[in-house]
Parts: sequence; C-alpha cells; structure tokens
Amino acid sequence: MNDVTLRELRVVGTRPVRPDGVDKVVGRAMFGGDAVMPGMIFGATVRSPHAHARIKKIDTSKAEAMKGVKAVVTSADFPDIPSEEAFVGEGPMNFRDLSRNLMARDKVLYDGHVVAAVAATSNSIARAAAESIEVEYEVLPHVIDEIEAAKGDAPLLHEDLFTSGLETKPSTPSNVAKRIEFVKGDLEAGFAAADKIVERTYKTAPVHQAYIEPHACVAAYNADGQCQVICSSQGQFMVRAYCAKLLGLDISEIRVTPAEIGGGFGGKTLVYLEPLALALSKKAGRPVRMIMDRTEVFRGTGPTSGGTVKVKIGAKMDGTITAADAEMYFQAGAYPGSPVQPGCMTCFAMYDLENARTIGFDVVSNRPKVAAYRAPGAPISTFATESAIDELAREIGMDPIDFRLKNAAKDGTKALYGPTFQNIGLIQTLEAAKNHPNLKEKLGPDQGRGVASGFWFNIGGESSASLNINEDGTAVLVSGSPDIGGSRASMAMMASEILGIDVSRVRPIVGDTSSVGFTHLTGGSRVTFATGTAVCEATEEVVKILKGRAAKIWEIDEEAVEWREGHAYPAGDNAGKFEPLSLADLAAKAARTGGPIAAKASVNAQGAGPGWGVHVVDVEVDRETGHVKILRYTAAQDVGRAIHPSYVEGQIQGGAVQGIGWALNEEYIYDKNGRLDNAGFLDYRVPVASDLPKIDTVMIEVPNPRHPFGAKGVGEVPIVPPMAAIANAIYDATGVRMTSLPMSPPKLRAALDAAGVGAKVAAE
Amino acid sequence: MATVHLGATLCRPYCGDVREVQVEARNISQMLRELDKKFPGIAKQIDESMAIAIDGVIFQDTVIEPIEPDSEVHLIPKIAGG
Repeated sequence: MNDVTLRELRVVGTRPVRPDGVDKVVGRAMFGGDAVMPGMIFGATVRSPHAHARIKKIDTSKAEAMKGVKAVVTSADFPDIPSEEAFVGEGPMNFRDLSRNLMARDKVLYDGHVVAAVAATSNSIARAAAESIEVEYEVLPHVIDEIEAAKGDAPLLHEDLFTSGLETKPSTPSNVAKRIEFVKGDLEAGFAAADKIVERTYKTAPVHQAYIEPHACVAAYNADGQCQVICSSQGQFMVRAYCAKLLGLDISEIRVTPAEIGGGFGGKTLVYLEPLALALSKKAGRPVRMIMDRTEVFRGTGPTSGGTVKVKIGAKMDGTITAADAEMYFQAGAYPGSPVQPGCMTCFAMYDLENARTIGFDVVSNRPKVAAYRAPGAPISTFATESAIDELAREIGMDPIDFRLKNAAKDGTKALYGPTFQNIGLIQTLEAAKNHPNLKEKLGPDQGRGVASGFWFNIGGESSASLNINEDGTAVLVSGSPDIGGSRASMAMMASEILGIDVSRVRPIVGDTSSVGFTHLTGGSRVTFATGTAVCEATEEVVKILKGRAAKIWEIDEEAVEWREGHAYPAGDNAGKFEPLSLADLAAKAARTGGPIAAKASVNAQGAGPGWGVHVVDVEVDRETGHVKILRYTAAQDVGRAIHPSYVEGQIQGGAVQGIGWALNEEYIYDKNGRLDNAGFLDYRVPVASDLPKIDTVMIEVPNPRHPFGAKGVGEVPIVPPMAAIANAIYDATGVRMTSLPMSPPKLRAALDAAGVGAKVAAE
Repeated sequence: MATVHLGATLCRPYCGDVREVQVEARNISQMLRELDKKFPGIAKQIDESMAIAIDGVIFQDTVIEPIEPDSEVHLIPKIAGG
C-alpha cells in the first residue's frame, strides 16, 4: 500500500500547461485522417439500406471493371470465424459477432451494416464504385424497441440465440440473449416494512457517443505479410488483436500506431475500418485510407443502448430505505452484449441496502451493435432509480440530499453485486454538494432544482511504460495509453514528481505496439490509475539507477545515497562529503558509469477505487415551447487525488454535458422501415458551448492507497447523475414527472399539456 | 478457510442452488482449482468472464493475488468501461 496522505506536492496537484495543446489548437496534431503512406489509395463501404434482410446476391463486376478501382472485398474475403467468447476490449465479445458486424455475411441486421468495400485511386472513384455494386436483398420484418424485440412473436434476428441465465435452457430461439440477476436480503419483508413505496417504469432512447472526430485509418498490408496501421482508436493493442483475429494473422505481423484522437468515450474500443482497410490493401498491393463521414458514424457504429427500467423502492417515514427492486431491458443492437450487467450492478450502489434485487435482460434488435459509452449501462438504470429516489424522498417529506445521506454507502457497506466498499467518499461528496453556494440561490417561477447521485467501478489492468533519460538530463516517457482525456500530462507530472525535476523536462509520448509493452486500451477510467502505476514504478527504478551511478562516482555504498529535489546526496555525514549530483550531471556521465539510464515497467494494476458523483441542477422550463434552460449546474465527485486538477475538472464537466444532452435532446429516430432519419449533427442535437452555463465542479479527495498518489478514475462517473438530476429539477419546476428520455421540447410540452400545466393554463 | 460467495448468475449452471462454500486456498489460482473440484467447469467460466473481490478489493485477470484464511471472496461479472 502507498502512503497517500494528502499533502502539498511539488508537481502533482498543480496545473502545468498541457504538452499537446498548441498542436491541437493550431491544427498541427496528427489525427487518423491526417496520416499518409506512400502510394496510398482510398476506401469506401457499401452499406445496407435495410434494417433486416437476407443477402441473396452481391454483384461487384461493375466496380471491378471501373478504372481506378484496385480492390473489392466482401465477406468472402474474411475468415468465417466460429463462435468464440472472450473478454477483450471493453467488454465480453464473441469474435464471430465482431466479424459479422464488420462485414455482413448472409444477413444484414441494421440500416448501415457493411456488405462490401472498395479501394480506388481517389475518394470519388471509390464512392462511385461502391454505388455501382448491386446487392439483391430479401427484406425481412424488423424490430428496434427492446420490449417489442423481447416478445415471443418478434422478428427473429438469430436462429441460434437461446436465452442464457434461465433455470432451463429454452427450446426455441429468441432475441433475448441473456438474463442476469443480483439479489440480497428479503425483498418481500423489506417492502412489507415500508411506509411508502414508489413504483414506476422509465425509458431511455439510444444515444451516440458523438465524438467530433469520425473513425479514420490508413493501413498497409505489405508483400512480406507485415501490416502497418495508423488509426484513431482508444487502444492500439486492441486494434492489433482484433485485426489479427479477424484476418487470421499472427499478432506480431501487425504494428499499430495510435494517432491523436478527437474523442472516443468508449465508441472507439472496437474496430470498424481497420480490418477492411487491411483486406483491401492486401488485394490492392497499396496502403488504403478509410475515413467515415458523419452519416456512416451514426448508421454504422455502436451507440449505447436504449432501455426500459421498472423500479420499485420502499422506505420508512424516517427515511430508511427498506427494499429496492429494478427490472431492466437493454437493447444490444444487432448482436448480444448490451451493458445491462453493469446497469444492474450500479443503479443501487450509492445506498446501504439490506434488501435489494436487480434483474436484467440483454435483447438484440435491428440497429447497430452497441459499443461502450462512458460508464456503460449506469446512466440508463440510474436515471430510473435516482428519479424514483427523488419521488420517494418527496413522499416522505425529506430533503433529497438528506435522504441520500441517511442511506448512503460508506466504508463497510456491502454492495448488491457483492464486494464491501473501502476508502469511499460518497458522504463527503453529498455534503459538499449540499453546502455549495449554488444551493443558496433562490428559484423563481417555472424554475426548479434537482439532485441525483451516481457510481462507477473504475478498473485497472495491464499497462506498460518506459522512462529514458537523455544525455542532457531531460527525459522521454513512453506509455501505451492513447491520450483521450489529458493523461499524458498526468503521466509526465507523476514522473516529474518522483524524479524531482521540472515537468517541462519530461516529454510524454504514446508508443505504438512495437515500441512499448502491452497496454490495455484507454477506457474504464483506468489510465491515471493503471498506467500511472506503471509510470511510477519505471520512474522509481530510474531513481534507483541514478543513486547507483552516484554511488559509483563517489565510491560509496548505494544505500548511502539518497535522492531528493532532482539530485543525489550523500545520506548523512557518515556517507562522506560530496557535492550533490543533479540528474543532468549523472546523465552526462551515463556512458562512463554503466550505460544508458532507462527503465521500464509493466503492471496488471488491481484495486481501482470506485467513483462517486452528486449533481445538483437548477433549470427553468418554458411552458410554451417545452425548452429547458440549465441555469446552474454543480457536480461534486470523489476523485481520489487530482493529479492535474484542470483535467479532472474537464472530465467532470465533459461527462455532465454529455449527460445533459442525453437528458434533453439526443435520440435515434427511425422511420417505419427501420432506417435512421437523423444521421447527422443537425438533427441529432448535442449540447454546444452556447447552450450551457459553466459546470461548477467540486473535487473531493479520498485517496486510493493502491495508487502511488491516491488517484481514482474520474472520467465515467460524471455522466451517470445528469439525466435524473434534470428530470427531478423539471418536476420541482412544474410538478410533472418525466419518465422517458429525451425530455426534448415537444415531449415536455406534450407532458405539460397532458398534466394541464402547459402554457395555455399558465396564461390563464 | 476463505468463504467464497457464488451468488452470480454466471455460477448457477455449475453450482445450482449453492450460494456459499468454504475453500482452503492461499491465492486465486488455488481457489480456482478447489472450486473446480467441487463444481467442474466453473474455473474456466470464472477465468473468462468474472472478476474476484477479495475482502472488498476487486481483482480482474489475475491469479496470483493472495487470499487470507478468513477472507471473504465474491465472484462478480467482469467490469469494463467506456
């Protein structure tokens, strides 16, 4: 365990200028779409216009005959991978499903499903060639909604899908892939002891991660079988592993370089283009660049699930929650694997409950296979449970924060999903939110205040880093984690703290798969915790080497040397009288004292501390338009230890903003044929800077002793509370309880009218 | 002996109605071997799809972590993120 007592440190906790900022704002940073390889040609995809159809025939002859076309691929160009379950990337994966999601085989399962790809000497020729490919379909009935898809008479997506997790295996296939259950205590007794019970059903729409940068890559399959890929992704090792699996290659034959990434949020923890580009490159004998346009991103890449959650919670009049129960159905998209499991595990985690149960169903339907999105599953289920908690608090006449404080999880609380919490800061976070000056602001007409809390596990896992000391005493720090949230600055800060040199003298870079040890992808709020641990271990090893070199120079024992403030000192008078040696001094003498000074570390970090968030939002509702204006937004969060506070604040603010969009505007709109109507940012409305006030953040530091500086993951928790907080604020303003997302203007206006409190009544 | 809780849905096909067992094990690897003796096939399921919480701390994709004689162990679904 580490000594993580909070004290002022030289570098950790300060706010140095980020090393990647200038390049990004002046347009010099190299993103996936900027990468170039000599002789590069351009790829384009052919996508299904049908939500569900059998592929009868694909005629590529016109494309193959077109001048400038160098390669055409269909599913025939990829191995037919058998069913194989594995936990890779950011969740459970069946490689057969991944392969068929990449390129449809026999059947298309959503509007936008890839059926073929083309590479040509220009983008325009590639697109023209793609359009010339003729695909004959037998259109089948489709289903999108999770409740409709779970019914026995729903159109069946997979003939071989039988619901797992039931007492006996069903005899007929269905669209329900899995049933899971977590239970604790005696629900019946718990509800019998309740004075008040709230029971309600909530619904959320599927939403996209909406990263600004679309998927992009350039890939080369060389004649000697060696492959190079430069791409936008959250994990270069994940891309390598998936490409190897899907193309039947050895992992060592592929080198993946991560470009700068313009947002991922979980949506780039899969591959969509890279294996296609490699397959095209193999056929064409040239590197292939592929970049999705926004329409393709919406039609063809994993959003998160929509879900239906039925909640029942009971409490005594003194505020004690006696029982809590939730049953939820999540859309998985075309193939199994929705985040219903973490949805079940997280929604009651904020409470110390004796009697609780969650049941979840993973349901396939005709839309893109879902991908991870920031705390996958938790925002959907927590919208329901935190809305019900608010209603219950009102029923018993208790302040919503006090109600949460009364039942808050604390050290020693046993979670519904099993483990006992330690070193957690939920109570401190609730109290910080309660005492924030924003809560003293008076509310006017049509204004309301809402509160919600949230939880995310955070993870650790495998990470590698190497620290190389240059001849002039500066350092290059190589880690394996793509930087999606400012992590490389934090890595440099931790190394700089241990070395005792200025952070500007530590240059952090992200290595490719051949230049740094294996590192699990950037996701799960793991990088500062896991890769930070590897960085600290490598740096401590370098300090040991530096002390050893000083010992050699002074001809004393290594134990007689201490390292502080970037210098080697004799440890006490008995060690001898020597002038301190700086890191630069020792670096200059490296060759003569034993060789280059460098160290690397690879870890499988365990024991990541969970995150806790409490959000308070003030809104104003326009009863005439149904528009909700965010007046004030306060986000308090237990962050463990903020390595670079600006980045931590940025994560909290970014998560909150995505949750606001999820709450108020974002949804997929399908026509009656199952085609996506709003495949662009004009009609898929995400919040922009002018929509919102500044998000006020409060960082609570309850350090995690399993990290060298006490850090906990921070990126995912802040997207969990916003939807319920806003729904609760709307109720406070209008008396109308919104149970379905998004709470967009037409829907809120309709709800206000139905309740008799719309604009017309207000005017009267 | 450590107490291993088997409440997770993923365990049911292997251990039926059994929710808790006592296991003699000094680390995760030994625990998996002992569990597999009692419930054949469960070790592979745990290794592929489950995380292990030992006295409240969650471990994932590792078999070398120590287990104390009085440890409380929970098997939970693996955790990812976004």
